[in-house]
Amino acid sequence: MSQISEADVQAEVRTWLAANWDPELSLVAWRTKLVDSGWGMPQWPQEWHGRGLPLGLVRAVEEEFGAIGAVGVAKSGIRLLAAATLLEHGADQLKERFLRRILTGEDTWCQLFSEPGSGSDLAGATTRAELHGDYWLINGQKVWTTSAHHADYGLLLARTDWDVPKHQGLSYFVVDIKQPGVEVQPLKQMNGHASFNQVFFTDAQVAAENRIGEVGEGWKVAMTTLAHERRGADGLRSPSTRGERTGRIYVEEQTELETANQPYKWYPQRAGRVDLVLDRAKETGANTNPHARQEIAKLMILAKSAEWTSRRARAAQRQGRPQGPEGSLGKLAASLVARTAARVHTVITGAEALLTGPESPRKGTIAEILVSVPAISIAGGTDEIQRNIISERVLGLPKEPRFDTGPFREVRKN
Amino acid sequence: MSETDQTQFEQARRIQFTFTDEQEQFRDAVRRFMTEKSPTTAVRRLMETNEGYDLDVWQQLSNQLGLPGIHIPEQYGGAGFGMVELGIVMEEMGRALLCAPYFSTAVLAANALLNAGTEAQKASLLPNLASGARLAALAVTELGGAWDPQAIALTATPDGDGFRLDGTKSYVVDGHVADLLVVVGRTSGTTGREGLALFTVSADTAGVTRSLLPSMDPTRKLARIDFDRVQARRLGDGQDGPTAGVTALERTLDQAAIALANEMVGGAQALFDSAVDYAKLRVQFGRTIGSFQAIKHKCADMLLDMELAKSAAYYAAQAAATDDPEWPALACLAKAGASDMYLHIAIETIQIFGGIGFTWDNDTHLWFKRAKSSEVFLGEPHYHRELLLQRWGV
Repeated sequence: MSQISEADVQAEVRTWLAANWDPELSLVAWRTKLVDSGWGMPQWPQEWHGRGLPLGLVRAVEEEFGAIGAVGVAKSGIRLLAAATLLEHGADQLKERFLRRILTGEDTWCQLFSEPGSGSDLAGATTRAELHGDYWLINGQKVWTTSAHHADYGLLLARTDWDVPKHQGLSYFVVDIKQPGVEVQPLKQMNGHASFNQVFFTDAQVAAENRIGEVGEGWKVAMTTLAHERRGADGLRSPSTRGERTGRIYVEEQTELETANQPYKWYPQRAGRVDLVLDRAKETGANTNPHARQEIAKLMILAKSAEWTSRRARAAQRQGRPQGPEGSLGKLAASLVARTAARVHTVITGAEALLTGPESPRKGTIAEILVSVPAISIAGGTDEIQRNIISERVLGLPKEPRFDTGPFREVRKN
Repeated sequence: MSETDQTQFEQARRIQFTFTDEQEQFRDAVRRFMTEKSPTTAVRRLMETNEGYDLDVWQQLSNQLGLPGIHIPEQYGGAGFGMVELGIVMEEMGRALLCAPYFSTAVLAANALLNAGTEAQKASLLPNLASGARLAALAVTELGGAWDPQAIALTATPDGDGFRLDGTKSYVVDGHVADLLVVVGRTSGTTGREGLALFTVSADTAGVTRSLLPSMDPTRKLARIDFDRVQARRLGDGQDGPTAGVTALERTLDQAAIALANEMVGGAQALFDSAVDYAKLRVQFGRTIGSFQAIKHKCADMLLDMELAKSAAYYAAQAAATDDPEWPALACLAKAGASDMYLHIAIETIQIFGGIGFTWDNDTHLWFKRAKSSEVFLGEPHYHRELLLQRWGV
């Protein structure tokens, strides 16, 4: 079989866009055409709304979209994690039902993994799913669910067998969020935002055919979802390269993005806002204080070194070299940078660090940094879990002895 | 230059985040040499001597690998490579804790000659350093030990067609074995950054008195050198204005800071590897200590700290090699980062070894002491952090 060249692909997508792109279409109407053509997700298989193109050619397609400001398929939130999980493990009828509406943006998804009793120990989930004929009854509680309040469907990890070791007793379902028995409550965080939700299940129903993967294979399926989550950056999505262009579709896209990005508004503050430090030091005069200067320099050395470390990892990856330890350190480094930055912002800000709200320094941004940074050492794998991963997978140190290998029923729980 | 040429030129200047295959091969060759020639038995033997190095090994690393001239341009007898290759050499020497007058001769003195010398001076003095035939030292610090050029007080008085030096230098690395001394002095009546110049003195000149200092790190020898009416030659033609001397000196020290940062990264890696290996072997409470999170997490933090400093050391070397305008600031950044990191790794390595890590027979203290001396050498971390902000205009 001859290789498709980048030039062929570009020519083909350009022709298709020239014939079909119309910024006055509604978002859904345009995306429906896009999904039919396969150009929305060209790396997906042909039978599922893609063109089966190698990953290396996707950028060329995206460039053609970018060149004329064409809007792509919906990618915000966790919808693409749902899609990737369905593509890999879902039955055809589930793909049939859900994939198209994921890409058109008609359905919104959420991820129902974490529980109050199982944070780092995700496989210790105790939300139960019990089979009653042709449906499962769900009871339990999930937490840290982004966007559950406007989601249509959820990816649910629930326990279906209590008499086997914990990883073997889980199953994975698609659950309809908008049904009786599912109650979504916002979860207010210490920084005042409510980006997440708690989701309570009381005899909620899931049709038997909504299971993804076999009964007892939920952990394996969840690993697929998490692998895609780690690969793609979570958080803010930027709009299409609209430039000065106008059209109905851009207005709709803007609204969609604002909704999707709402939970992530404070994420830059969570990371410590190192970018503000030098300006702030000049602003407050802290740049003339020898102690502050030392602390600022320590932070900048750390932040620059962290940036170069991730660039080393990316460069090695691009050249196809075996990944060194630098590739596993990003999360822990980001956490260290954020904590150090919060401390330095306090040093720089002085007494005004006691204030909050729009009248406080930088219209409340500094205050928001100080009360948002603790999250970065927890979300997406705590620093302690990161250190376990680094010490075990990179350094080859042995695991701690475990106390949770027997039947889950007998394992100590919260 | 056409626009295309300009673009290609700019791209060529971009910082590389990986080493080239050739650089990796060079590293392998240097590492093989160091592993063979500088086992800790050799380190321990040499650190007990006054000279502090093995002449045979020095000649081999000069003749077989051409290391003293690796960064010296070919017209002066060197190999014509740059800061990145010098960084690789330093990292490997740091890892093996090589005892040799390399930093003094190749990094400090040779760069000082390159930065301050006239064409004729470079052509006359550098080939012997590049070939390893002569040893040299750079004498900057005085009894106060400060690396700030403004603290230099040794006086240089015009005398005939040369100068006469009077004063004392101290903490001069390998000053006791150098054949050639490059001395930073101050012409009489000047203060601050003005009036500084670099002078060359043959170590056997009348009026030079050298004494070996008993140093805490016996793998890096230090000397005090007294100058009493010593005849010297000035580097440069003296026509470049009152700050030419300090400019050449600072450039030399910035290059040295980057080299030292790379050396520290190599040393830290050796310590870290030994700590992780030991954590996998040592059994307490019926399990290897490496299975305790207290030790695992310590190791993960050490790895993070080390890789961060490594990235800065590599980046600074690349920036200097491509003459990125920011490189002098990055020299301070890399030096400060590596200094804190090396000591952290050394202290935690001893902690992981436990009691045996505090014994003389265990090798950890050899690197610990190098970490300590590297922290102070060329200026402590707080000095470089302050300089970093000044250079960034903060």
